[in-house]
Amino acid sequence: MKLQFKKGSAKSAVVAFLAVIFGLLAGALLIAVTGSDPFTGYAYLFKGGLMSTERIGDTLATSTPLILSGLSVAFAFKTGLFNIGASGQMLMGGFCATAVGLTLPLPFIILLPLEILAAIMGGAIWAVVPGFMKARFNVHEVVSTIMMNWISYWIIYYAVPAYFKGQFLETESRAIPDAASMKVNWLTHLFDGSFVNLGLFLAIAAVMIIAFILNRTVMGYELKAVGYNRFAAEYAGINVNRNIVLSMMIAGALAGLGGATMYIGNASNIQIGILPSQGFDGIAVALLGANSPLGSMFAALFFGLLYSGKGFMNAMIQIPPEIADTIIATIIYFAATSVLIERLVNMLRFRKRGQ
Amino acid sequence: MEYVVEMLNIRKEFPGIIANDNISLELKKGEIHALMGENGAGKSTLMSILFGLYQPDNGSIRIKGKEVRISNPNVANDLGIGMVHQHFKLVHNFTITENIILGIEPKKGLTLDLKSAAERIRLLSEQYGLNVDPYEKIENVSVGMQQRVEIIKMLYRNAEVLIFDEPTAVLTPHEILDLMKIMKNLVAEGKSIILITHKLKEIKAVADRCTVIRRGKLVGTVDVAATSEARMAEMMVGRQVSFQVDKSESKPGEIILQVENLSVLNHRKVLGLKGCSLDVRSGEILGIAGVEGNGQTELVEAITGLTRIESGKVLLKEQDITHLLIRERIEAGIAHIPEDRQKRGLVLDYTIEENMVLEVYDRVPFSNKGLLDRDAIRNYTDKIMKNFDVRAGEGAESFARTLSGGNQQKAIVGREVELNPELLIAVQPTRGLDVGSIEYIHKRLVEQRDKGKAVLLVSLELDEILNVSDRIAIVSNGELIGIVNAAETNENEVGLMMAGVRKGESN
Repeated sequence: MKLQFKKGSAKSAVVAFLAVIFGLLAGALLIAVTGSDPFTGYAYLFKGGLMSTERIGDTLATSTPLILSGLSVAFAFKTGLFNIGASGQMLMGGFCATAVGLTLPLPFIILLPLEILAAIMGGAIWAVVPGFMKARFNVHEVVSTIMMNWISYWIIYYAVPAYFKGQFLETESRAIPDAASMKVNWLTHLFDGSFVNLGLFLAIAAVMIIAFILNRTVMGYELKAVGYNRFAAEYAGINVNRNIVLSMMIAGALAGLGGATMYIGNASNIQIGILPSQGFDGIAVALLGANSPLGSMFAALFFGLLYSGKGFMNAMIQIPPEIADTIIATIIYFAATSVLIERLVNMLRFRKRGQ
Repeated sequence: MEYVVEMLNIRKEFPGIIANDNISLELKKGEIHALMGENGAGKSTLMSILFGLYQPDNGSIRIKGKEVRISNPNVANDLGIGMVHQHFKLVHNFTITENIILGIEPKKGLTLDLKSAAERIRLLSEQYGLNVDPYEKIENVSVGMQQRVEIIKMLYRNAEVLIFDEPTAVLTPHEILDLMKIMKNLVAEGKSIILITHKLKEIKAVADRCTVIRRGKLVGTVDVAATSEARMAEMMVGRQVSFQVDKSESKPGEIILQVENLSVLNHRKVLGLKGCSLDVRSGEILGIAGVEGNGQTELVEAITGLTRIESGKVLLKEQDITHLLIRERIEAGIAHIPEDRQKRGLVLDYTIEENMVLEVYDRVPFSNKGLLDRDAIRNYTDKIMKNFDVRAGEGAESFARTLSGGNQQKAIVGREVELNPELLIAVQPTRGLDVGSIEYIHKRLVEQRDKGKAVLLVSLELDEILNVSDRIAIVSNGELIGIVNAAETNENEVGLMMAGVRKGESN
């Protein structure tokens, strides 16, 4: 099975790489149409994300919630579930973490683990409900997770102004104290004042743990068996329903953690009226990363780079920031049609053999 | 003699294997030509080349004496070649007519001209004795009827040459007889047929000539009437095959499985099994005979725990297991070779080694404290693959999906036997397999019996039941009609009981 990992991932990597290339080419075309030079445009885009230590830090921080939401979606996919509710789970996780941070006057070393725990539990609970409904009543998780998105949206809409109202604005919570933030001085200094924070390490740790669970443990074996073929899993005496709930719970916990890295890491308060788009981007991340934990991490880093570089590109030449979003959308499109790319790869390889 | 199809010296190579090595096949007009070979011998590849799905690396194809290049299935269609696939390609909520005209819809102005199409289908149906109702929906007709729809689809497109890919695999014995009649009608009307199969009985019954291939090479083309079944089997497998299962007298011991007054609901929520009582002893094979859908599935699922029991009891070695979980039953000593190997038996996207521990992954040595032990799993898999002759391109690391049907089945049989169960339930263990694999699996079942295990064999093939079982229980319409000793019965008696006639009721 070690070999399986290599064999499968090499192919997915090629497909993902080609999807990125095609996306960038399409983006180049768009930049050219708006009357700018694609090469300068891309140069500024990547410079914007990478040209200084601070910007690299910002890119990493931008990627952090994407890594976790991508991991959440990928994990659910692996077990045959489509978690379209990462947004709501992130929001709930972030809210729980913020609530703990604003309520408990504790030192950093105790407070942060509590916040993380709250975020994980918030996200997990938000995903367990659809998981349970799927297992018990066969309610499709796409419907129920979207529903849960809106429930969390409105809960936060009500709860933030009611209990954690900001100093000046009704639409956001108070800022969390320093002791409740994932930002730490040494990391901020290391990256010349970037907003990168401990969330990055949590995300990387989560990637490692999930990869380990999926590839090495009895739990991962059961989850994947249920995802690949629930009839065979049932035949073998694997508790299918329990695994569906468990899978959603873990996916939700990951998204919840992602929410914490956003609201008490990258930011220091929570706004109402916004479903974090990072949750939906997680679907694209998982797709480009071929549902593998490591693949999702790299895909998230790439998306993070595009997001953090687009502002700079816009500032330097007259390319609207929407172009970066369009490029991302094109890449998603190519990643989603990876079957076509795979066929293209096979065809090219076949031609070479034949002649 | 005029040939409608000539495939000459066809060669096709895939990465790692030569699927067709210099194979020639000539089809006379108006003949039924069987193409026979074991699973994975290269039959499907050869026919896919004729149908335009693959291009040959070498060799030529002539249709009615003219050399052609068949670059895709549309070209094949235009040349009058039609294929009846093993898995039907039909839209279930469309009528038969709508399915048949799909892709070549006749138009009258802006609307579909369904009426004239239906009329033509009715005429074709009459001409070839197909008995098809053009206005019936696919979801309401039997599997046998769906196959006839596929046949008419080809006739509607003016196919002269019909390729049947393992057509009887999905049919009941009665439907098989009907199909044979239809095939005879087709050739009588001037069509030519290539029949892909590995069932000797059917070849004997309908085919004129038979081309045998083995491991990608042509063994020869023979006249069916002048060749014995044993000789053809030998050509196919490459060694002598015994059709008789070699076994000694059974020595039944204690009761292993006891089913008491068992009633089970089927998926339509009506009683699929009504008050069935039977027992299986150690050292014997109890065969369940019956036409498909007469309670066999319900019985097996009730014993294995896949379905809930309405009333009654299941005991294994005097322990009541009626309310145990599936996994608990496996641990209590039940192994199950499922009816549908791809749906239930295997996780196709798992490797063979992952599949071989499907029921035992959570036991030592395959895992410890929640962590899988890859080496232990690998050793276990290698042992099964060696003992049960499972062949796969990349050994234990091959994905289950990539194995041929026969090897998939052998892997499942190996996995279940390796559980060392008290009771082995084998449902259709040889469905769709070639004679070599069938012989092998039968031997393994008898071997389990001789080791003092109890074996419950469910099969739709009466020959298999009669050959392998020691005792035969016959079910019909969800009821147990009777139990007879295999040595004291015959095809007629069991056949009558399968139709619901109780022993002593006839005459």
